[in-house]
Amino acid sequence: MAANPHLFDYLLRLGDDGLILGQRLTEWCGHAPALEVDLGLANLGLDLIGQATLLLGLAGEVEGKGRDADRLAFHRDVLAYRNCLLVEQPNGDFAQTIARQFLFSTARHALLEGLTASAEPRLAEIAAKAVKEVRYHVDLAADWVIRLGDGTGESRRRMIEGLDWFWRFVDEMFDMDPVEQALAAEGIAVDRTALRPGFDAKVNAVLTEATLPAPVYPRAVRGGRIGHHTEHLGHLLATMQFLPRTYPEAVW
Amino acid sequence: MSKDWPLWEVFIRARGGLSHKHVGSVHAPDAGLAIRHARDTYTRRLEGVSIWAVRSTDIVASDPAQAGPLFEPAETKVYRHPTFYDIPPQVKHI
Repeated sequence: MAANPHLFDYLLRLGDDGLILGQRLTEWCGHAPALEVDLGLANLGLDLIGQATLLLGLAGEVEGKGRDADRLAFHRDVLAYRNCLLVEQPNGDFAQTIARQFLFSTARHALLEGLTASAEPRLAEIAAKAVKEVRYHVDLAADWVIRLGDGTGESRRRMIEGLDWFWRFVDEMFDMDPVEQALAAEGIAVDRTALRPGFDAKVNAVLTEATLPAPVYPRAVRGGRIGHHTEHLGHLLATMQFLPRTYPEAVW
Repeated sequence: MSKDWPLWEVFIRARGGLSHKHVGSVHAPDAGLAIRHARDTYTRRLEGVSIWAVRSTDIVASDPAQAGPLFEPAETKVYRHPTFYDIPPQVKHI
């Protein structure tokens, strides 16, 4: 098919969301509250990095300049990253990590479900594989939101604080811009605004079961899709990209 | 945290038709998370199609000190092995 100027950008957004959150989750390795949770979070991270590998690989093909997934992941600077702001935020405590995971996975699951019917068959194939993984991520995160929210006084307080903190990054996950509108008109992308009611219903159902109040709504922040990131992403990339940039010939 | 969580023994059925086999244990605060932890710990490489988790304290075990009286009498009774049957080649997992 002819090179689509918007498709490359869209695939970067989808791939970067997975890559950056995957990198964040791996930071829990060896630090989670229990060995079992350590493994669980690493599994989520590896699923997301796997999805990113496929999405960035396809992005490289679409771009047609010879860049593969590794090139795009490790040799792109912070301003060229297109992930939403939510995924680059630090892990915080366990409740914050769970809040971020629950909000992200719920939005991502709805998006991937829509993308399984994408007019771009290679994207639809990736979505069909990823949607099964993310279905589990939603269940796992929702389970913990309920346990922490309806748990002890301290777990409840931390869960409320975690959701309040991350709520400001939710709107950006449902933003549409001319890039995605053009792709949605072609049946390639999903109209994110149409996904919001389902997202709100799912979040409300889980918060009700967790006996948690609706998150306090501060001013929404956005900008990741055009490269306006928070200060955290640069530090994350410095860690993630250090090895392949310092030792370009390294293989493992 | 995990030291406050009870221990669960994990059993995995590798595929339909086989019995569940003990594979190890996990810590978890309740039954639902025991299954989740078992899934994340023991089925990452497609090891199974079904998981059982049992509270370790609910397992009743024989006393190792009694191993002699319990098991030694069977040592001299090889005739209890049904070795005189021919097993048809279609029968698997025996």
